[in-house]
Amino acid sequence: MTGRALKGGIFKALLLFSLFVGFLMLVVLLVDVFKDGLPYLDLALLTNPPSSDPEIAGARPAILATLYIGILLLLFVVPIGVFTAIYLEEYANKTRWYNKLLEINIQNLAAVPSIVYGILGLAFLVRGIGLGRVLLAGAMILTLLVLPTVIIASREAIRSVPDSIRQGAYALGATQWQVVSRQVLPAAIPGIATGSILALSRAIGETAPLIMIGAVTYISFDPTILGPFTALPIQIYSFLRLPQEEFKLLAAASIIVLLAILLTLNAFAIFIRNRYRRSW
Amino acid sequence: MNRTQTGLDAVHLDPVRATDFVPREPVFQLRDLSVSYSGNVAIRDVTLDVYEKAVTAFIGPSGCGKSTLIRCFDRMNDLVPGAKVDGDVLYHGEDLYAPGVDPVEVRRRIGMVFQKPNPFPKSIYDNVAFGPRVLGLKGTMDLRVEQALQQAALWDEVKDRLKESALGLSGGQQQRLCIARCLAVEPDVILMDEPASALDPISTTRIEDLMHELKRDYTIVIVTHNMQQAARVADMTAFFSVEVAPDGKRTGVLVEYDRTAKIFTTPADQRTEDYVTGRFG
Repeated sequence: MTGRALKGGIFKALLLFSLFVGFLMLVVLLVDVFKDGLPYLDLALLTNPPSSDPEIAGARPAILATLYIGILLLLFVVPIGVFTAIYLEEYANKTRWYNKLLEINIQNLAAVPSIVYGILGLAFLVRGIGLGRVLLAGAMILTLLVLPTVIIASREAIRSVPDSIRQGAYALGATQWQVVSRQVLPAAIPGIATGSILALSRAIGETAPLIMIGAVTYISFDPTILGPFTALPIQIYSFLRLPQEEFKLLAAASIIVLLAILLTLNAFAIFIRNRYRRSW
Repeated sequence: MNRTQTGLDAVHLDPVRATDFVPREPVFQLRDLSVSYSGNVAIRDVTLDVYEKAVTAFIGPSGCGKSTLIRCFDRMNDLVPGAKVDGDVLYHGEDLYAPGVDPVEVRRRIGMVFQKPNPFPKSIYDNVAFGPRVLGLKGTMDLRVEQALQQAALWDEVKDRLKESALGLSGGQQQRLCIARCLAVEPDVILMDEPASALDPISTTRIEDLMHELKRDYTIVIVTHNMQQAARVADMTAFFSVEVAPDGKRTGVLVEYDRTAKIFTTPADQRTEDYVTGRFG
């Protein structure tokens, strides 16, 4: 084997090894969780509230709260994120210093640790405006957490719409808003939808900021928007802290539920992306 | 060298059609027009008239500012950050760049076809209907779409698949769709920025035939760097060139503007002659 071919072979082996590491971790995780959790994955887990008796304990309030948070989050984050992205891409004069500052800020915000958002939520939402430790506050703080991600993904999607489309629409006498709403946005939907759903998956898996603003660990009734709440990742954590061995298995079953929700969302994102695949 | 001979040989000019062109009313009057991008002058001091229901061609080498110039007629330069227009563009005697003139209103009367076909990622029907819809034009949309497609000589090819994506059409069909899209809003002028440069010879011929048809009803301005094309379609031709300043800055200037036959057979300027006889550019 010549030196060049050997280098190529080593490089390819390295690529496969890297792929294998990630894949192996995922398999180990799934096998471990399914081995423990599958026997406990039944309807009772979905329909019963938590209990001190592992045989009848479920995660219904947490599952519901996670769904509520997800819906509220989308309602908040998609309009704010998309409108911000439209402003920055289509309307802002990019040579102005305040627009540059805005851009840098948004990119930095995407990298702020989630616990910091939790502190902000506690200080500003829960105590500052007196919202209290309620589900709405949790949804709002997760909105702030993933807003930069949605803005960045939406900007990428808007930017990928070729300028020739805008020019063609302007040349027919369309106004700027008509160009944006009838040409740019429809063409950018796949990217915006994918980015939003991936942001939603991230938010649903978050624990730290919710604990920070005071999500409760034990709750036995269905959540309301303006009431105390827990969420699935917190429920899993609280199951694990209980002494009985059965609760550890119940936690594994809850992890399967959380994974199922996340995978469904990601599959939906992929579906939308393929469905509206652009070609120009 | 015999100028007449060389010019005719080079471009196969139709002498009868091109020499008897009699200008009608001017639609556009450019007066000392200069355009600069962030302080760099792209084209300088252009004065010329564009006549009604005729084809006017802008020819010249790359970088001579002919595309920049055509974008002044429908204020598309407004969309380029840093673009600045000096001098006057009079349209039927009114200054297009006067304060209070809405560029959106200008563009609904002055249509534009671009170098690369740019159909919207929508159906063929929706591409043509887009203009009338955003302008809120009255009348039956189906009829309007059919008429525009017929005027653009595309109707027979697409009438059975109006709901299919415009992106499935060939390049030449896409460009005729863009012309149909432009005609659907009933413009007064059609600007074409190298409309055939991305097309094969047969599609190019169809577009050129179309221009002959359309100039009965419309004023057409076309930018091209294909001299034969200018000779075939244009009644009036403007030749632009590039002047390079000592500091290396390149600026487009209008060298000569006359009847197409004159430009290609007996040009007044040596630079024009060098260009049309193929010795430069």
